[in-house]
Amino acid sequence: MAIVAGWLVGTVARAMRVTPQGRILVLDVPEWPGNLAGQHLDLRLTAEDGYQAVRSYSIASFGEGTSVELAVDMLPDGEVSPYLVEDVEPGDMLEVRGPLGNFFVWRDSQTEPVQLIAGGSGIVPLVSIARAHRAAASTAKFRMLYSVRAPEDAYYASELAELVDDSFALDWVYTRTAPEGFARTAGRITRADIEASTLPVADNPLVYVCGPTGFVEAVARILVDLGHPAERIKTERFGGK
Amino acid sequence: MAVFSRGFGARRRESDPELPPGQYLTEDFPVLSAGPTPRIDTADWSFSITTESGAVTTWSWDELMALPIEDVHTDIHCVTRWSKLGTSWRGVSLDTLFADIDTSDAYTMIESYGGYTTNVPLEDLLDGKAWIAFEFDGEPLDPEHGGPARLLVPHLYFWKSAKWVHGIRMHSDDDPGFWEQNGYNMYGDPWKEQRYW
Repeated sequence: MAIVAGWLVGTVARAMRVTPQGRILVLDVPEWPGNLAGQHLDLRLTAEDGYQAVRSYSIASFGEGTSVELAVDMLPDGEVSPYLVEDVEPGDMLEVRGPLGNFFVWRDSQTEPVQLIAGGSGIVPLVSIARAHRAAASTAKFRMLYSVRAPEDAYYASELAELVDDSFALDWVYTRTAPEGFARTAGRITRADIEASTLPVADNPLVYVCGPTGFVEAVARILVDLGHPAERIKTERFGGK
Repeated sequence: MAVFSRGFGARRRESDPELPPGQYLTEDFPVLSAGPTPRIDTADWSFSITTESGAVTTWSWDELMALPIEDVHTDIHCVTRWSKLGTSWRGVSLDTLFADIDTSDAYTMIESYGGYTTNVPLEDLLDGKAWIAFEFDGEPLDPEHGGPARLLVPHLYFWKSAKWVHGIRMHSDDDPGFWEQNGYNMYGDPWKEQRYW
């Protein structure tokens, strides 16, 4: 799939508030060339006086088709994310460019075990990969560990639960509030969590980690300490430190 | 015809003429890396320049520290659209490191601990345009930001400023490095918005 040069017009087809801070947006982009699972795009907004702002977002959808799905978390002092989460409505227009990035991707020709580890809205490219795995009826062994503050902060919780089968396992970490009856006490992800709830080094998994910088740094360091080769760990970080 | 996003712009940031097109100002220092952060002790660190003849010139950490150290105040621009203005670094100029290097190759491949690579024309590393930087804001460079030392070539998008820099290999051709093989521009001039293929 080629990267299309230039900006493509998109129309918001659906906007769904799914967490206290975030929304899923489905864009209709007639000229979208399709995208690999895990890729991202640039999104451009233009005010009526010509002022523009551009931000990068991971894509939750994958494959061919002109329907492009994003999940956007609102940053408290942002200028683009509050618009996308609070203001934009179906029928509104914006522009996108992409798909971008050929590294943090999964192709259905890959057969090795895969461990996905997400923090917060870092789930977006990993949902795309999990969907691609299911759509291809891939028998590659997949396991996902998803860390969120509280159950209501999780994107795609019910969809992920439905993906669970013989080749897809799902584990949760809650950092602030765990659901009633959940065995693990709420708290940040630890080495013990990674050891208990991810594919072991012996499986030689390819590991995809996406989330806020502090989360990815901590997880990647634990993975390396546990013996995962650095070149088997793909990371995508967002935000400052 | 321009596409307007209804009602957008109420929370806009002040525009700044010092920002290249399509960039926004951040006070944070975001981290973008394709893999885990390598942890390299300065006792084990070295930096080498390898030329087309096979000659390798290597500096240990102590040898690097013994070279003239420059204070650098510069703006930095990441292809993911954030910019920081007026950042402060300390490092050794590539002019100093290349002073006794004999090469007629016009291109370089920057090589990092952890396997990262990026390609930069030699002329973009010389004449006061690039440094091996080991301090940021008066502190040793954090591993997350490329410590103990990273390339600093601030007139290009910041993925060219390779973290955890380990060496430079001379190339006769402009061969693509890591991100350049994965969708990003061969040169990366922020003022021309050379972001992608």
